[in-house]
Amino acid sequence: MEYEPVIGLEVHAQLLTDAKIFCGCSTKFGAAPNSHTCPICLGMPGVLPVLNKKVVEFMMKMALATNCRLNRGCLFARKNYFYPDLPKGYQISQYAQPPAEHGWVEVEIAGGKKRIGITRIHMEEDAGKLMHDEFSPVSRVDLNRTGVPLIEIVSEPDIRGAEEAAAYLRRLHETLVYLEICDGNMEEGSFRCDANVSLRPKGSETFGTRAELKNMNSFRNVQRALEYEIKRQQYLLEGGGSVVQETRLWDDTAGVSHPMRGKEEAHDYRYFPDPDLVPVVIDDAWVEAVRQTLPELPLERRERFVRDYQIPAYDAGVLTASRQLADYYEEVVRLSAEPKLASNWVMGEILRFLNEDKKEIRACPITPAALAELISLIKEGQISGKMAKEVVDQMYRTGAAPGAIIKEKGLVQITDEAALSATIAAVIAANPGQLAQYRAGKEKVFGFFVGQVMKATQGKANPQLINDLLKKMLAG
Amino acid sequence: MELYELTIHELQAKLRAGETTAAEVTASVFRRIDAVEKDVRAYISLMRKSALAEAARAEEQLRKGEAGPLAGIPIALKDITCTKGYRTTCGSRVLDNFIPPYDATVVEKLRAAGAVFTGKTNMDEFAMGSSTETSHYGTTRNPWDLGRIPGGSSGGSAAAVAAGECIASLGSDTGGSIRQPAALCGVVGLKPTYGRVSRYGLIAFASSLDQIGPFTKDVEDCAIVMNVIAGYDPAESTSVPAEVPDYRGFLGRGVEGWTVGIPQEYFVAGIDPEVEAAVRRTITLLEGAGARCVEISLPHTRYCLAVYYIIAPAEACSNLARYDGVRFGFRAEGSRDLIDLYKKSRSAGFGAEVKRRIMLGTYALSSGYYDAYYKKASQVRALIKRDFDTAFASCDAILTPTTPTPAFKIGEKTDDPMQMYLSDIFTISANLAGIPGISVPCGFSAAGLPIGVQFLAGHFQEGRLIQIASAFEKLAPSEKRRPAL
Ligand SMILES: [Zn+2]
Repeated sequence: MEYEPVIGLEVHAQLLTDAKIFCGCSTKFGAAPNSHTCPICLGMPGVLPVLNKKVVEFMMKMALATNCRLNRGCLFARKNYFYPDLPKGYQISQYAQPPAEHGWVEVEIAGGKKRIGITRIHMEEDAGKLMHDEFSPVSRVDLNRTGVPLIEIVSEPDIRGAEEAAAYLRRLHETLVYLEICDGNMEEGSFRCDANVSLRPKGSETFGTRAELKNMNSFRNVQRALEYEIKRQQYLLEGGGSVVQETRLWDDTAGVSHPMRGKEEAHDYRYFPDPDLVPVVIDDAWVEAVRQTLPELPLERRERFVRDYQIPAYDAGVLTASRQLADYYEEVVRLSAEPKLASNWVMGEILRFLNEDKKEIRACPITPAALAELISLIKEGQISGKMAKEVVDQMYRTGAAPGAIIKEKGLVQITDEAALSATIAAVIAANPGQLAQYRAGKEKVFGFFVGQVMKATQGKANPQLINDLLKKMLAG
Repeated sequence: MELYELTIHELQAKLRAGETTAAEVTASVFRRIDAVEKDVRAYISLMRKSALAEAARAEEQLRKGEAGPLAGIPIALKDITCTKGYRTTCGSRVLDNFIPPYDATVVEKLRAAGAVFTGKTNMDEFAMGSSTETSHYGTTRNPWDLGRIPGGSSGGSAAAVAAGECIASLGSDTGGSIRQPAALCGVVGLKPTYGRVSRYGLIAFASSLDQIGPFTKDVEDCAIVMNVIAGYDPAESTSVPAEVPDYRGFLGRGVEGWTVGIPQEYFVAGIDPEVEAAVRRTITLLEGAGARCVEISLPHTRYCLAVYYIIAPAEACSNLARYDGVRFGFRAEGSRDLIDLYKKSRSAGFGAEVKRRIMLGTYALSSGYYDAYYKKASQVRALIKRDFDTAFASCDAILTPTTPTPAFKIGEKTDDPMQMYLSDIFTISANLAGIPGISVPCGFSAAGLPIGVQFLAGHFQEGRLIQIASAFEKLAPSEKRRPAL
C-alpha cells in the first residue's frame, strides 16, 4: 500500500523586543546566568505580570504577514506544570481565544506552489534553562531566558513530506527575520520547531495515529528527523503493526529518534484564564497602524527583482534571503544602475567573503556605495574584471574605497594607445620567429602575443585595446 | 488614657499640636505589645528596631511640617504583604525563611505617608481559613475572650487593633478575611472594590478575589487609611485607573433619603439570634436616621459558597505551585530525585487545609472536569455579579450580618471544614462580585462578644460605605467598649 505522510508543525519564535514579556528585564542572549532577572520573572511571591505591548505588536506583524485573521480580543491562560526552569509552576500562554487564526503561507514545491494553512499564532513566555553539572550530581538553573517573549505558530496538518516541511519552515523563518521580530538563530534556540507526523493510505481522508517529534535544531535536522519518522512509521504499518501516540526526541548524532519517557509527557496542563491579566483588545485602528509598518515581504520582493532588474529567479532568491542583503543589493543597483553586474558581484565576491568569515551583510566592510563605484570603474573600462577582483579583495580587507586602492597599487588600466603601441612593437620585434608563423597563417600564435603583451604590461592593459592594436600591427 | 488606645485622627491632632511625639506613640504601642502579646499572639514577627527609626524619621517630618497623613502612626501588616528585607511567611512553614527583595505597593504607600510598621501579623496559612488556626505559627486569641478565635484569615491584624497592639492594620480579604475577623474582634474592616488597592506584593491566594484593606478602630480612621492606599498601580494589570475621592469627605453626611437593601437570603435559619437581633437593631436605627430599608432578593446567594470553593482553590493551586523547594522557601532534605524533592518539600511545607484546597483546585481544573466545575462556576459567578448590579440599580447600599455567629471557641470547628467554611457565608459574595464591603461593630452578645454588621455597595463606591458606616457609628456611640486584657 502506498502511504502519505501528514505533518503539522509548531514553531516557537523568540521575539526581539528589548524587554521581556511581563517585566522590564533585558532579553539579550549570553549574559551571566541569572543577571537578567527580577522578582517578577523569578516568580517571587506576590509579584504580578504586566504585558509588554511591543510583544502584541510583533505578534500582529507576523499574523498579518501570514494572512491570519486577528481577533478583536484575546486571553492569556496559565499552563500548569512543575519543572525547575519554570519558576511560577505555570507558563503564561494563550489557549482559548488566541489572537490570530486562519492564516496561510505559500511555498514552492516540485511542480508549483502550495498553500499551507496556519491554525493559530499566540504569545507566551519562554522558560529558563537547566544546566547539569558533568562532574557532580548538581543541576543549576539560569532564568535569564524566563519571560523572553515567544510566539507559537501552529500549522494545519497540510504538509505532505519532509521537503515540504523544510520549505514551510524556511518561509516562516525568512518572514520572521524580514519583519525584524526574530533573529532566527536556530542554534541559540530563537527559532524552534516541533512536528506532528502520521501516515495514512494515499487517498484516505482520515488521519492515522501521530507521533510528536522534538529537539530538531536546524532545518537539516528537521528534514532528516521527518524522513526518519516517515520511514519508521511506514515500516511499522507495512509490518502489520501500529504507531503509538508518543513524543519522540531526535538524536542528531545517531540519526534516530527515541520515545520520551511516559512520565514526562503525561501532563494535564490544567489550562485556565490567567486572573492576573486582563483581555487584550486589538481594535481596527491598531491593526491598521501595525499594517503600515510592514515591510515588503520576501516573496513579493523576489518577484519584483525578477521583473524590474531582469535577473534570474534563482539570483532573486539568493539576493532576498535576508532583508539586509536585499537592501544592500538594491542600494548598489540604485547607485550603479547596473542590476546584472551588481547581482554578479554581490552573489559572487561579497557573499563568498561573508560566508568565509561567517559574517552578516550588515557587518560587510564594503559599503554599497563603494561596490557601486567599483562597478562603474569596470563599466568605464578603467580596470579589467581581473583587476577588479584584486581591488574588491583589498576593499574587503581594508575597507578602503576602490579609487584609492587602484591609485595606490598603480592598477589603472593602460588605455593609452601610443604607450601600448610602443610596448606591442617591442614585443613583436623581440619575437621574429612567431611573427613569421603568424604571417604564414598560423593564427593560434596570436594568443602567444597577447600573453606576451599582458606580461610586459603586468596585466594592466585593456584587453580589448591589446586585441585591436595587435591585430593591426601584426598585419604589418 | 494611654496613647495606644487612641485613633489615628486623635493621634494626628496630638502629634501636630506637639502634645506628644512619634517616638512616644511608638513606645506606648510596644509597651502594650509587651504586656498583652503573650496572651493575644497577634504577631508572627515584630519590627521593633525599624519602627523606632521610622518614628524618628516621622518626628523629623512633623517638625519640618512635611509630615504625611500617617506620620508617626504605628501600623501592623498582615504577614501576606511583602516587606523588603523583612521576613514574610504568609503563615506557612514553606515561607518560614523567606525575605522578600521588594516592598508591596501598599507598603511603599504607607511608608511614604509616614507610617511606622510595628510588625507582621498572624494569619491562616496562605489566608486559607477563618480562624488563624491553620497558621504554622499558632492561633491568635480573640482579645474579647482568649478562649475564642479572632476570625480569619486576617485574625492577627484584627486582634492587634482590638488589643491596642497597633493603631491600625492592613489585612487581605479573599472571601471575608477582613470583614469576618473585624466583626469578631469588634473593629472596623473594609474590603475595597477589586482593583481599587494594588495587589502588587500581596502574596496571592486567589488572584481574582484577593484585595487588601484596612482594620481600624473607627470609620474615620478607615477613611484616612483608604486615602493613602487606594489608587491605580501600573504594576498590576487588574488595577483600575478610576479616580480616588477624598474618603474623609463622606464622613458625617448621614443617610437621609437613602435606600438600603436587606437581602432576604441573608436572614436564614442558622443565624445566631443575638446576631440577628443586633443587625435588626441597626436597621431600626438607620430608619430612624431617615434611610428607607427595603427587602430585596439576591437570588443566586445560595450558590456563592459552592462557586467560591471551586474558583478560589483553582486559582490557589496554580498560585501555590511556585513553592516547590527549588529556589526559595522550605526544601525537604534527602530527596532521591526531582519528583521526590517536590513531593517531600510540598508535603512537609504545607499544612492540611492548604493541601486540601490545592487538591480541590487541581481536581476542578483537571481535563474532563474543567467544564463541569471551573467553567460552570465562572458562569454562575457572572450571575451573582448580576444580582448585585440589579440590586444597586435601586439601592444605595445593602445591609447584612457580617457573620452568622459571634467568635467561636478555639478548636470548635477545626475538624469540620464545612462548618468552618460556613462562617464566611455572608462575606464571600462581595469577593465574587468584586464589590466593596465594610464590617462595623453593631453590638455585643450577652457573653460580651462583638457582633458586626456588613454594608455592601456598588463597584468603586467605598465612599458610600464610609458614609453609611459613619452615620451608623454616630447613632450607636454608647456601644464603645474595650476588651479587658
Ligand atoms: Zn524580570
